[in-house]
Amino acid sequence: MTEGETDGGTDRSLTMSRAMVEAIAHEMRESNDVFYMGEDIADYGGIFDSTEGLLDEFGHDRVMDVPISETAYIGAAVGAAQAGMRPIAELMFVDFFGVGMDQIYNQMAKNTYMSGGAVSVPMVLTAAVGGTYNDAAQHSQTLYGTFAHLPGMKVVVPSTAYDAKGLMHNAIRDDDPVVYLFHKRLMGIGWLPAPDGPKTNVPEDEYTIPFGRADIKRDGADVTVVTLGLHVHRALEAAESLADDGIDVEIVDLRTLVPLDTETIRDSVSKTGRLVVVDEDYRSYGVTSEVIASVAEDGLADLDAVERVALPDVPIPYARPLEDEVIPDTDDITTAVHSVLSDE
Amino acid sequence: MSMVAVSELQEMYEHMVAARHYEERLQEEYLEGKQPAFDISAGPIPGELHLAAGHEASGAGVCQHLRDDDTVTAPHRPHHVAIAKGVDLERMTAEIFGRETGLSKGKGGHMHLFDPDVNFACSGIIAEGCPPAVGAGLAAKKRNTDSVAVAFLGEGAIDQGAFLESLNLASVQNLPVVFVIEDNDWAISMPKDRVTDVENGAQRAEGFDLPGTRVDSDDAVAVYDAAGEAIGRARDRNGPSLLEVQVHRRMGHFMGDAEGYRSDEDQEAAAQRDSIDRLAGTLRAHDVGGEALEELRERARNRVEGAIEWAKDQPEPDPESAYEDVFSTPPSGVTETAPSAADSGGEDR
Repeated sequence: MTEGETDGGTDRSLTMSRAMVEAIAHEMRESNDVFYMGEDIADYGGIFDSTEGLLDEFGHDRVMDVPISETAYIGAAVGAAQAGMRPIAELMFVDFFGVGMDQIYNQMAKNTYMSGGAVSVPMVLTAAVGGTYNDAAQHSQTLYGTFAHLPGMKVVVPSTAYDAKGLMHNAIRDDDPVVYLFHKRLMGIGWLPAPDGPKTNVPEDEYTIPFGRADIKRDGADVTVVTLGLHVHRALEAAESLADDGIDVEIVDLRTLVPLDTETIRDSVSKTGRLVVVDEDYRSYGVTSEVIASVAEDGLADLDAVERVALPDVPIPYARPLEDEVIPDTDDITTAVHSVLSDE
Repeated sequence: MSMVAVSELQEMYEHMVAARHYEERLQEEYLEGKQPAFDISAGPIPGELHLAAGHEASGAGVCQHLRDDDTVTAPHRPHHVAIAKGVDLERMTAEIFGRETGLSKGKGGHMHLFDPDVNFACSGIIAEGCPPAVGAGLAAKKRNTDSVAVAFLGEGAIDQGAFLESLNLASVQNLPVVFVIEDNDWAISMPKDRVTDVENGAQRAEGFDLPGTRVDSDDAVAVYDAAGEAIGRARDRNGPSLLEVQVHRRMGHFMGDAEGYRSDEDQEAAAQRDSIDRLAGTLRAHDVGGEALEELRERARNRVEGAIEWAKDQPEPDPESAYEDVFSTPPSGVTETAPSAADSGGEDR
């Protein structure tokens, strides 16, 4: 449950994966044009539970296991979308994007523009993102900035079950390609336990959450923390301990990177004057710099101090002490908050 | 009838026993702290773990023909190939346990093992070891050496562009590369017949004008013979080959995979097809007695136990070392001295 949204009065709580699947199942019932393709998404139910239960209801024709051929099946989703269907294609790990990247950024993302708007590509590309379980450099990235940098894709990153469902409904109904990045640590998988936050109350009825509308996950007056995905929960944890010291942190959950809700970010910074941006993607040329630049361009006078907390520019290492060193944790966020407060 | 020498069979047997014992011991170590509830973040071995029990005949039969200067690239299930190729077992094990003295100083882990001393590397991305193997073959050709390159991949990888493009490039350039498909019937939860329209992956060779052979049984001697022909062909500069080897998957795709998609019969059938028992039978037929076999097994097990014991005793890496090794050369490149501004098109100040 979020502070910024209502939950329709329900007291039914779901994991993020259940909420995501509920939206997909609903859209598949509504329209035969919606179908799901990916590796191990039918009988297995998705390595990260992204399609759990869909096969039983919809069968192999609409919940399609595909060969390990990302170029072919992501490209096929582009073609089917252009033919008027609404495919969802899943990259098992976002790190595998390289294998099919031409179809993603030269076809899926550009065909609408290059056709002068004559063609639309109403598809969703889902992918599991994130580290924290020692899977090393080829299986732990978020690559938020990579997808957000390339024009033509809307980029969604839910942090709670409530958001995951509403954003998925919007993603499937949207006429443009939407990249929907779900964090493995938030899904509520048995073997990869989630923190407390992502499991929220979720209405049974359908609802859509608009893209480009960030959510204030915690109101505060002293410091603005802008973040997304797993780090919304790490920031909330940091905020609780900072509150004990009398520091009042506001947490802005971006929810979508494209479009980016610069208005909510700027409004918050104009109130607090201090900005910390927390990201699980690489530090340079990424989400942190984009958020800070968007504030600097139009609200520089409001900005008294700024810090960014992100992955240093190294591939993500395997051993626990090394991974813990590079992925931002609650203490890193706390330190950054203290830092922007001491800059006066 | 195979012309393989008994001493070679004995070496292969020892590698295979070591590889099997290694996977069984790693399974034990990995599950420590992960029972009864499986939490991937708990226990002494970090991350995912893809074990190759049931694949031993392929690694041993192929690598028996290889020298240290021959290159091998392996996929995400690499341990049996690494052992047969002669990768430093102690440092490999330390890497899997995430220790400072591991092959990659704890940065790579079990899917990303690199041992340049024996030209071994692996990658966690399906089929992506194929192009670098082609590159190693290209280097051998350009340098006019007789070393060869072998790319191992799973049957699930034969629908990937990286594999198919590599077949073509190796063929058109006539490079000393052997592609070895390890067919264990399963790509995670996907049986081969649901994703690939040929039963025999070696048929992929036909379209690229190179020889393709399938070894249909979990028989290390048959693998040895077929690999000998392919590797000999490459070493004699007669170009690439494709080999498919039937192996089997005795454990899940990764540790923690409950294999709910797989029937009990299929799992039992896999367990019955034991290439190690089969090779023991072949050795007995060559008059290698029970005592001699037990001696080989004992040596293999001791080697594995020694490596695991050594690895667990190694220190964890210093967190600060996470920032090292991004580049080999300093950020400025090979020089810190700039040319004069005039030379670079600017004005001298």
